[in-house]
Amino acid sequence: MVFIINETAFSITKGELLMQSELLSMNRITKVYPNGIVANDGVDFSICKGEIHALVGENGAGKSTLMKILFGLEHAEEGDIFLNGDKIQIQSPNAAIDHGIGMVHQHFMLVPSLTVAENMVLGSEPKKGLYVNIKKAVTETEELAKKYNLLVDPTAKIRDLPVGIKQKVEILKALYRGAEILILDEPTAVLTPQETKELFEELHLLKEKGNTIIFISHKLHEIKELCDRLTIMRNGKSQGVFNVADVTETEISRLMVGRDVILTVEKDDASPTDVSLEVNNLTVVNDFGKKAVNDISFSVRKGEILGVAGVEGNGQGELVEIITGLKEIIFGEVSIGGTNIKPLSIKEIRNLGTCHIPEDRMTYGVAEALDIEQNLLADKHDSDEFTGRVLTKPKVIRENSLKLIEEYQIKCGSPLEEVKMLSGGNIQKVVVAREFSSEPELIIADQPTRGIDVGATEFIRKRLVELRDDGSAVLLVSADLNEVMELSDSLIVMYGGEITAFIENTKSLNEEELGLYMLGINRQKPEEIRRALHV
Amino acid sequence: MSKQSRIFEISRTILAITIALLIALVTILFVSEEPANALSTFLLGPLKSMRHFGNVLEMMIPLLFTGLAVSIMFSSAQFNLGAEGAFFLGGIASTFIAVKWALPNVIHPVIAILVGGLVGAVFCGIPAILKVKWNATELVSSLMLNYVALFFGLYIINYYLRDVNAGAMVSYKLAETSKLIKLIPKTRVHFGIIIAAIAVIAIFYFMYRTRWGYRIRLTGLNSSFARYSGIKTASVIILAQLLGGFVAGVGGSIEILGMYRRFSWQSLPGYGWDGIIVAILARNNPALIPVGAFFLAYLRIGADLMARTSDVQSEVVYIIQGVMIVLIAAESFMAQYRHKLVFKEARNRSV
Repeated sequence: MVFIINETAFSITKGELLMQSELLSMNRITKVYPNGIVANDGVDFSICKGEIHALVGENGAGKSTLMKILFGLEHAEEGDIFLNGDKIQIQSPNAAIDHGIGMVHQHFMLVPSLTVAENMVLGSEPKKGLYVNIKKAVTETEELAKKYNLLVDPTAKIRDLPVGIKQKVEILKALYRGAEILILDEPTAVLTPQETKELFEELHLLKEKGNTIIFISHKLHEIKELCDRLTIMRNGKSQGVFNVADVTETEISRLMVGRDVILTVEKDDASPTDVSLEVNNLTVVNDFGKKAVNDISFSVRKGEILGVAGVEGNGQGELVEIITGLKEIIFGEVSIGGTNIKPLSIKEIRNLGTCHIPEDRMTYGVAEALDIEQNLLADKHDSDEFTGRVLTKPKVIRENSLKLIEEYQIKCGSPLEEVKMLSGGNIQKVVVAREFSSEPELIIADQPTRGIDVGATEFIRKRLVELRDDGSAVLLVSADLNEVMELSDSLIVMYGGEITAFIENTKSLNEEELGLYMLGINRQKPEEIRRALHV
Repeated sequence: MSKQSRIFEISRTILAITIALLIALVTILFVSEEPANALSTFLLGPLKSMRHFGNVLEMMIPLLFTGLAVSIMFSSAQFNLGAEGAFFLGGIASTFIAVKWALPNVIHPVIAILVGGLVGAVFCGIPAILKVKWNATELVSSLMLNYVALFFGLYIINYYLRDVNAGAMVSYKLAETSKLIKLIPKTRVHFGIIIAAIAVIAIFYFMYRTRWGYRIRLTGLNSSFARYSGIKTASVIILAQLLGGFVAGVGGSIEILGMYRRFSWQSLPGYGWDGIIVAILARNNPALIPVGAFFLAYLRIGADLMARTSDVQSEVVYIIQGVMIVLIAAESFMAQYRHKLVFKEARNRSV
């Protein structure tokens, strides 16, 4: 009896899903980028009214491109878009907004110096004579915020708000413009676990009020928790549409990657030796006169990976710039292998055995118009190995580039291919190959796997552990909680430029606890934090 | 550069030149009473006699030097327009040496050319130092300094080197020991063309096969990346401008010592500006500079001959130059065609 009821219940929900009218569909979408990468290859995608539809896939699978096409930011070479059965052309974001499509980008599109209300109405300001009616903007913002339970202060300046609130403003902005279909591009990437929870509640409310949500993500547990259906993408192609309830996380990940992935990194316990990097009472004042890093001290020993966890923009970037010599030390002391680096140039710091995987690989990691070979040479172009008294040694250089391309599995036609023709993961491999091939004693890895595919991620993480085992000291900065927790032996958490916690053994930590430190809600006692400095 | 994008760049340049030529030809057809004569002189005139072809080669020499100079400076992503002033001052400096110093045969031009180069280097180095020290736009400062160079140079001529017995404001005669020998009879093609050829090869090797050239290119393509890699970008920027200025100064010296009996320029000769056109045509690649220089020199001489034998003015050349540069500099020119190529190739690959 019970069994039968269950079955009927199941088929009814399924029937409901089928009966729900298709609100929007994208048919056979094909998009090729100017560098020849096929981002979308005949992709079909459709959503029903009132659902939360997940769009999942690895980085580079084409999710963001598909959504940019839907929002009018990119134009497809082939394919059609239908809204309520009518074919529509979306030439620009304005056209998308007219059709009730709104998008919340990964990187917020807000004016930091304006208030929440001003940002909300930007482009469609309520007028009072010649002036913008700020009062009306404020009340409208308040009303909308109340309706959707997205609580923000309309008169606060954007630059003073934390990331989680900025995201709420972005969502409100889309709603203010009459969005009924809301695209969220990896909204949880910048959020702590607590903020994520809050966001999910808000999204449920939006759904109840009749909005449709497209949720781009590659975090499977979030999709399980939040979404109704999902479309899986791999290599620019759709792998099919599923009811979230019908598939397991393992099945999803297999469809995403094309094989089983082990996202846990296998590693033995660290056996750290001497101190390599030591930071003492470092304070960094940024260009706006704010203390981006406030009196922090810690050290990294050879043979261990020290993770730096924290929501982005809490001083990690400045810390890395100081250690690698990109920024000048004003207050405090940093030494590498016992040498004070304050008077040293970037070159001299590199010569101490430091290598650096930069956060922004297109700005600091490569010259995209240059070929792979020349990019692999950047930091050692003047070494005796590669250059004689006057002329460079093309043969040795070629051997080196072929060796690195093979060792690091860089997918390319030849070493003479321009870096901009490669995919994100392969560009990162070029950076990593160059940096790791200088036999580093200290590795500064800043977001080493951001925005790259699972294969490359696995490869780079494994390599970091190998280098640790060979006796390198590793400082790993990452906004990816999974990554810092899996990879680091010890961990410091940064919030507001300060260290809020030092966790000696990462295994003893759970995500919830880490979130509280990242938000600055919990904070260890000073003597506990002081343990980060090994004496 | 990958093969595909190289082919694309070449066809883009050729198309730009073709369109520019067509516009010029249509213009000639409209303004001329005898268009056939004008056209054939314009396009084929330089080939009709050794003397005229010699004119093309003569004009190529200064263009080679300024083209190289500009390409070195532009490679470091510095839009230093000082090649014009450096070329002019190089000529002044070598005039000074040629007039005032008594030196034996071969030594005399060598010293004069080197001094001209050094003066050019100092001149182009000023905007670089202003840029590195105070972040002053090199484009504006170098542009303005060109006038300083002009009037400073004229002052030197007027007060120190002027031959009052000659009717115009010209220098004393250059010493015979200082002059460059002529190579081809019946033309004025001089030894400078050999120095230019050596310069092309040397600078090509310098840019692509030495650490210094690598640093200049890396700094030009992505200075943040260069800095991150441990390169001192400020010194690289200064080095590139000094070297560019040196080459331009050498060019000015060689032009004076090879072509003139007295220094007689009353205004900036314009070879520095032409060097920019040559460098753009050659995409800053030293190996292609001779192609660009020859092309421009050929056009100029052709137009000159046309103006002398028909009713069309030689200014037609400036139409061609203008259209050409606009089309080549316009990034989006033929971008849709390129995208179609990319799309097609991606299609073929996936099938």
